Amino acid sequence: MPATHTPAHVDPRGPRFGAAVTTVVLAAVLVLGPSLGLPLLIIQTFAFGAGSLLGLRYQPYGWVFRRLVRPRLGAPVELEDERPPRFAQSVGLLFAVVALIGAFAGAPVIFYVATAFALIAATLNAVFDFCLGCELYLLGRRLLGKPSLDASQPVGGTAR
Amino acid sequence: MTGLYVVGLALVVALGFGVYHKAVDGRVRAVRTGAASPLALEAELGGTATLVQFSSAACAPCRMTARVLDEVSASTDGVAHIEIDAEQRLDLVGELGITRTPTVLVLDGGGVVRSRMVGAPRRQDVLAALAGLADHGRATNANSAAA
Repeated sequence: MPATHTPAHVDPRGPRFGAAVTTVVLAAVLVLGPSLGLPLLIIQTFAFGAGSLLGLRYQPYGWVFRRLVRPRLGAPVELEDERPPRFAQSVGLLFAVVALIGAFAGAPVIFYVATAFALIAATLNAVFDFCLGCELYLLGRRLLGKPSLDASQPVGGTAR
Repeated sequence: MTGLYVVGLALVVALGFGVYHKAVDGRVRAVRTGAASPLALEAELGGTATLVQFSSAACAPCRMTARVLDEVSASTDGVAHIEIDAEQRLDLVGELGITRTPTVLVLDGGGVVRSRMVGAPRRQDVLAALAGLADHGRATNANSAAA
């Protein structure tokens, strides 16, 4: 397990590259349908799972970015906190698992709807650098009132 | 065939929403309330204005917003910048109706919320909101002087 007490920092272009790959993979999954597309959907689910549960450095598309793409781009202007893109991976994982359940249970509507939502989120991330899961996070917290994602790192505020 | 239609629909939704979001994100909206915000009671306010930013850990645009607001408050006299972790203050989040991070509230010198920016605001929009505050302040002073 990676150290979780200090938030890791990543090259922001990595998650964006990953989102572009994810967009292509999910589009292919949808075109192939719930049976032919199943192997690709399983691969994508594992990719989301690795990024979400283990950390972004274990996300296979991020690994491809670091090994093959980043050496050609040069150093990033700045690094970003790993938590937002990692949370986005968790949202993707949720959709992918629902899509898998739909495919295995013989419920194509669930498969198509869940995969389509994941595709919309990935496209927004790849094209607009917009993280849907991150935007919905606070709304979800307000509705559920669950304990925080990581309360150990207070934002640099001074309001008391 | 179904899959192709679903892909097309998903891409249209994503691109449509993305373009719409880019157009409205971070725009300044005026707020009409007379009462001082609950924030005024617990924070050190700026003399003319306070930029109150709600942030969360899972929010990349919050970092950028914090940098912009820090710059603005450093370069403008009497303007303070406060950043609040929304997850730590769900009470304020509920009271003020914050649904997304970053959300920036512009408080005047008296601690009254005068405008709100949902999403990462542009620097010139923040400056415009502060300028609007000053104009309004002058107008109010002129009115009270006339009366």
